[in-house]
Amino acid sequence: MEHLRINGAYWGLTTLDILGKLAAVDQETVISWVMSCQHESGGFGGNEGHDPHLLYTLSAIQILALFNKIDTLDIEKVSNYISTLQNEDGSFSGDKWGEIDTRFSYVAICSLALLKQLDKINVEKAVKYIVSCKNLDGGFGCTPGAESHAGQIFCCIGALAITGCLHYVDKDLLGWWLCERQVKSGGLNGRPEKLPDVCYSWWVLSSLIVIDRVHWIDKEKLVKFILNCQDKENGGISDRPDDAVDVFHTYFGVAGLSLLEYPGLKAIDPAYALPVDVINRIFLH
Amino acid sequence: MHGRPRKSATPVDENASALKAAKIRSLQSQFLQNHHNNIYTKEAQEINAKLIESNPEFMTAWNYRKLAFEHNLSNQSEVDKEDADHIKLIIDEELRVVENALRKNFKSYGAWHHRKWVISKGNSSTERELRLLNLFQKQDTRNFHAWNYRRFIAGLKDISDEKELQFTTDMINDNFSNYSAWHNRSVLLSHLLEKKVEGYFPKEIFLKEEYELVRNAVFTDPDDQSGWFYHLWLLDQTIKVDMPNLVSSWPPNGSEITNTTFPIVLFFNEPVEGVNLQTVSVQVEDDIFKNIAWSPLSANKFKCGQAWLTHLTIPFGETNSSKIFQVKIRSEYSQGIISSNGVPCSQHWSIAFRVSVCHDFQPEGQSLRRILMTDENFSTVDINSNVMDLFKSYFELASDYEQPTSSKWKSEMIASEIDQYRELLSWAECKIGKLTLARLLMANDAIGTPVAPNTTHVEEVLKLYSELMELDPTHYQYYKDEYSLVFLKQVASSKESLMKYCRQYKESTSSNITGPMCLRLNSLSLSRIGSFERLLWVQSLDLSHNQLPSIEGLEALQLLSCLNLSHNKIGSFMALDPLRFLKSLRVLNISYNEIGAHTVDTRRYLCSSPLSHTLDYDKKFEEFAAGDEKVVNFWEAYSVFGGLDIMQLDVVGNVAADERFKLFLVKLLPALKWLDGEEVH
Repeated sequence: MEHLRINGAYWGLTTLDILGKLAAVDQETVISWVMSCQHESGGFGGNEGHDPHLLYTLSAIQILALFNKIDTLDIEKVSNYISTLQNEDGSFSGDKWGEIDTRFSYVAICSLALLKQLDKINVEKAVKYIVSCKNLDGGFGCTPGAESHAGQIFCCIGALAITGCLHYVDKDLLGWWLCERQVKSGGLNGRPEKLPDVCYSWWVLSSLIVIDRVHWIDKEKLVKFILNCQDKENGGISDRPDDAVDVFHTYFGVAGLSLLEYPGLKAIDPAYALPVDVINRIFLH
Repeated sequence: MHGRPRKSATPVDENASALKAAKIRSLQSQFLQNHHNNIYTKEAQEINAKLIESNPEFMTAWNYRKLAFEHNLSNQSEVDKEDADHIKLIIDEELRVVENALRKNFKSYGAWHHRKWVISKGNSSTERELRLLNLFQKQDTRNFHAWNYRRFIAGLKDISDEKELQFTTDMINDNFSNYSAWHNRSVLLSHLLEKKVEGYFPKEIFLKEEYELVRNAVFTDPDDQSGWFYHLWLLDQTIKVDMPNLVSSWPPNGSEITNTTFPIVLFFNEPVEGVNLQTVSVQVEDDIFKNIAWSPLSANKFKCGQAWLTHLTIPFGETNSSKIFQVKIRSEYSQGIISSNGVPCSQHWSIAFRVSVCHDFQPEGQSLRRILMTDENFSTVDINSNVMDLFKSYFELASDYEQPTSSKWKSEMIASEIDQYRELLSWAECKIGKLTLARLLMANDAIGTPVAPNTTHVEEVLKLYSELMELDPTHYQYYKDEYSLVFLKQVASSKESLMKYCRQYKESTSSNITGPMCLRLNSLSLSRIGSFERLLWVQSLDLSHNQLPSIEGLEALQLLSCLNLSHNKIGSFMALDPLRFLKSLRVLNISYNEIGAHTVDTRRYLCSSPLSHTLDYDKKFEEFAAGDEKVVNFWEAYSVFGGLDIMQLDVVGNVAADERFKLFLVKLLPALKWLDGEEVH
């Protein structure tokens, strides 16, 4: 998993912050390692020496935001790297090799919004492309015509939320599709007729919260499902009860619990996927 | 990361995985060295191939392969460059590596993209790609990477939509539980419809067959969701009105009002853009007013809204006598009004009403009494009073808006579906089946006469939703919200049903603030409100003692001056954001709600806010708040209430409403006379 170490760092650090324990890490060490992942193009790789990509660039920015150290960056440089990846039709490529996916639209928009540089891209076209990926069931896929998937839905809803364009979403139609992800066990799946998985507790849940339809699921049942996925001996959370734990599912489980107002957890913002106090610090001052 | 059983690591396990990790790390650092130094020797490419095999998600490794590929092509001898076979060898090698990687992990984004990248270079066989796809799609019929790649190949190799449609038919016949196949079907049919291909246009031609196909699926296994979602799409295709149109307005067509300054509200069937001087004209007597500005009643970036507002002031001059002004609102270039889906409005409409100005009018008197919405303060409405006139005109004359005509095939199709699913429910206790029947019944009523809403099936629908609340408690709130909406639709469907909920204020001196009538929808277990297009006339509204967490849509009720929301589930000030548009609001009761009690705000992105880039952060707030600027509640209250002239406010019973906050409110609202029942000095 070395290739996505910087994503792992973001998952781990954000989880710590939600648990109120961010001070447990050495800020200096983390930040200098993050900066060592930056490529000469301005983008960030998954690890030192790896090629840059939007996915890793967002994690870098998010980590710096956690520590209130976004000014460590050469904002102009990073913003330019991101904006050059926008295509004619408004879509975004993940890197110079051209893979297009609405995940990258979200990453670009979220990154630039955190850097206060949204005007570096053509927001109208970016939104148009995302809307072209809207499906007849109200959900969104990776590219136009692709099947609705909770992960892609989170990305599209998040991007539309950040750009003030949620009026393109049929909230009732999508809300019903999303609430039907909750299965008998109380867990959430990512699409119809699939198994529940803790990571969907984030993607489905945050989407439901952004469009204000979260009351359409049984929140208590979902809390129980997530708690059942804990490894109470060794710590951490897994995708399903009794499976192996990892930092990915630990983050999504804890973030999901935060969205469900589980006591003792810091609130997390459903669109930017960072603690609410971090977001308020950036936008409300 | 997914689906691996939890087991404690034994020392043997840990040793083995440490060795493995060390091996991969060594490969990795060799690879990175090669990559950074642009080394593409056979050895280097082999190291890369090994790495990709162990981790097909390693993007940098795939990037290297593309560089190596280009290097291999450009490094050919002159002879080889002419030899098409040689190029093909290089391409085939790449495709082999991708196939190996996919066999290990058929969900690897990196692998699928690399294949696309290579195929895009040309020199590839369609047959080979389709064979590969068939292999993966058999292994996992829901593999969306494979479906996406299939669409890519169909596009690249010009495979017809009809051929692909047949493929989905085969997959569905093989196994009904294939949401991915149904989804692709809906995409292909939409394309064929859009291109007006014979056999698929107009839509009633294919809808009948599709309904039958779905029926086979859901009758075979009513508990599998796939078919039911597809049915919902078919139903939407059957009843939807394909373009935006005007549904209602304030003032209503044919009415007479007496205010010289008043709001004009245009309410459409869906959010639209482009309402402006060019598309809509406002004419008073013989003058077309040029200084009219329309704005959408919504918080979004690109000026799109379902309800649009402007204000009009009648210039009544110096005459001593009363005068009546004829006002006309008309669509001029209606195609400039466009839905958020890009469909222009092709309907022409016009609204005409009279403004009766009496020169010795009374200025709005300041009521010195506190307005209380308790039962003792109301009486039933005297149907002979002139209070009823405006109310009557709204309902009797609303019919003048031209509505798209409903077609016979629609009602026949829906009636047939209703029969079919009633039959299914007689032998299968199936929640989505019940929900589908409720939706079919509502659709049936909706396509009836659009003007006088058909409420034939409302009782049966309400019963179905009640049953669903018990049958599927996990989704209880969804059914509750639907129930509330249907209930309100019934209430607002006729003046008779509305009259049951209207009350007159006993205290007549307050009526210049409250209006003569109050719509009392309190204590009805409402969890959601709707039917705003039929409530644009409301000045005084009692929604207390319900279960409302949101008042979305209320912004259309521009005449609202008295609003009671006490004892509901309002969770934040952002949930009250629609109030920022209600400039006539004077009396507001939000006591006994949940403001300040939640760490999560579900209205955060559905309102005007700097987070969604729909509002600039007002730096003046920091000065104004003087010490309290860090408290988010204060910012939100400042943002929502800042522009309002509220005279009477009740906030008690909310966690956020402490003494400090109440002082802040007094500072914020200069017109405030009463706060929580006490006079403000």
